[in-house]
Amino acid sequence: MKVLVPVKRVVDYNVKVRVKSDNTGVDIANVKMSMNPFCEIAVEEAVRLKEKGIATEIVAVSAGVAQCQETLRNAMAIGADRGILIETDAELQPLAVAKLLKAVVEREQPRLVILGKQAIDDDANQTGQMLAALLGWGQATFASKVEIDGGVARVTCEVDGGLETVLVNLPAIVTTDLRLNEPRYATLPNIMKAKKKPLETVKPVDLGVDVTPRLTVLRVEEPPKRQGGIKVPDVATLIEKLRNEAKVI
Amino acid sequence: MRCLVIAEHDNQSLKAATLNVVSAAAAIGGEIHVLVAGENAAGAAQAAASVAGVAKVLHADGPAHAHRLPENAAAQVVANAAGYTHILAPATAYGKALAPRVAALLDVAQVSDILKVVDADTFVRPIYAGNAYATVKSSDGVKVITVRGTAFAAAATTGGSATIETVAAVADTGTTRFVSAEIVKSERPELTAARIVVTGGRGLGSGENYQKIIIPLADKLGAAIGASRAAVDAGYVPNDYQVGQTGKIVAPDLYVAVGVSGAIQHLAGMKDSKVIVAINKDPDAPIFSVADYGLVADLFEAVPELTAKL
Ligand SMILES: Cc1cc2nc3c(=O)[nH]c(=O)nc-3n(C[C@H](O)[C@H](O)[C@H](O)COP(=O)(O)OP(=O)(O)OC[C@H]3O[C@@H](n4cnc5c(N)ncnc54)[C@H](O)[C@@H]3O)c2cc1C
Repeated sequence: MKVLVPVKRVVDYNVKVRVKSDNTGVDIANVKMSMNPFCEIAVEEAVRLKEKGIATEIVAVSAGVAQCQETLRNAMAIGADRGILIETDAELQPLAVAKLLKAVVEREQPRLVILGKQAIDDDANQTGQMLAALLGWGQATFASKVEIDGGVARVTCEVDGGLETVLVNLPAIVTTDLRLNEPRYATLPNIMKAKKKPLETVKPVDLGVDVTPRLTVLRVEEPPKRQGGIKVPDVATLIEKLRNEAKVI
Repeated sequence: MRCLVIAEHDNQSLKAATLNVVSAAAAIGGEIHVLVAGENAAGAAQAAASVAGVAKVLHADGPAHAHRLPENAAAQVVANAAGYTHILAPATAYGKALAPRVAALLDVAQVSDILKVVDADTFVRPIYAGNAYATVKSSDGVKVITVRGTAFAAAATTGGSATIETVAAVADTGTTRFVSAEIVKSERPELTAARIVVTGGRGLGSGENYQKIIIPLADKLGAAIGASRAAVDAGYVPNDYQVGQTGKIVAPDLYVAVGVSGAIQHLAGMKDSKVIVAINKDPDAPIFSVADYGLVADLFEAVPELTAKL
């Protein structure tokens, strides 16, 4: 079974981004970029399925600027077999990405697409669900456990009150949550090997997809700052402040 | 303008988040309709009809909606979408699974987790774990939106007298089957709607300590209980306790963070709380930068003392 894993290049999760002074966006010049952590979990899950003999080939795909090649190499160092870069400098919004991925799915015919539940830059949490809708496939979102049994995926999903288990017919979409697995570190030999794995580049026009954004960002601002607080010396003072100053207890 | 609010409910009653979505719809303007898709959900439809500001309830009842699978719910929304300029759902696990599916079927963008309605086309939403707020304008004919509950007051559950219109329920898409749910029933207030939240982090060291230290304090305060990702990952508590960028967003009157360092991903979920208390033994922990009252102390001494003195 072929598994497709879309991966996104984002500002590293350890970086605290700054809003640009002209309020047009956040400053990402010279900041560390990495694979979106949820996408790493997706790649890891695909690799585990391959190690179990369920997945036969793992294709990583990324949409964006030329540097997304690094993200694909990273996915291949974790264990993806080859990469597809949909290269564009255009701003890509989730609907456009879902359409690009649909075109790749139609070409590659995977039985399973595993995506991160959200990208930690735009925090949209949309692409997997949109792709499922465009393909008419079932979806299992926010997965914490995935088992493949013949033609179905049995997926445990994190929901607001706890966990929910569903059976989704293959082909299907799964989106990953934090508890699904702990991604391995890419070893040096695997990083070297990844450099030799095939990486194909296509353009959105080759896939026949119009990626024009539907949302215009008018302004990006710093959120309101919290007033600095105080340190209290002891528990008694804390209680006194909460009762008489903050009046919350 | 006409808004369709997708109700999150348990067939008998509405989930609280639905009420916040109704308020977001009211901020957009125009008539507000609510779609209740369920099985034997007359109770929920009735509850929706009583919500202040709601003009009409669309009630779709059928086995396809027994477990509120997003595939079927999205098909239902699309079947009833004609005439609406805005389709809104809560930014809960349910709404997040559903709304993008609806948007893609309608070939429109989806605007996630809005904090504010600027005008009918323009919304403010958080990006980068809430470290920036983006004002975005949609050029689509229909806006599909998820709403951050903490950013909009809950609509009143009474005062409305909407008509209830029965609409044909869609057939099961057949792609997905519900197997089981492990939902923990609790007497405590719900995390996202509680007035007070007590959260425990990795500083607690174990699930046992979480029970011993956090629970008595929460009981004393009548508080909901939460956790950092590290505490969830380590198995101290279940996943639905997680507060943060990729967990639940809370904004209670009082948030007490115990043994939580205050990583940006955690702050994203709680920094809009009215009053924040942090108890941490590390005076340089970033949680203190957002705390109104910080207590530098060993939590194993300070928290039991606090519980005892309250
Ligand atoms: C993609 C991604 C998404 C994430 N999403 C979330 C999210 O939604 N929510 C979230 O919380 N995190 C999230 N994280 C994780 C986040 O980066 C931090 O790792 C996590 O919040 C740390 O949890 P913590 O504060 O409990 O643990 P730590 O950072 O280990 O902090 C423990 C704290 O306890 C204090 N302590 C220890 N012992 C004591 C004692 N005896 N008395 C008093 N204080 C003590 C220490 O001084 C320390 O400050 C995410 C990370 C990634 C990469």
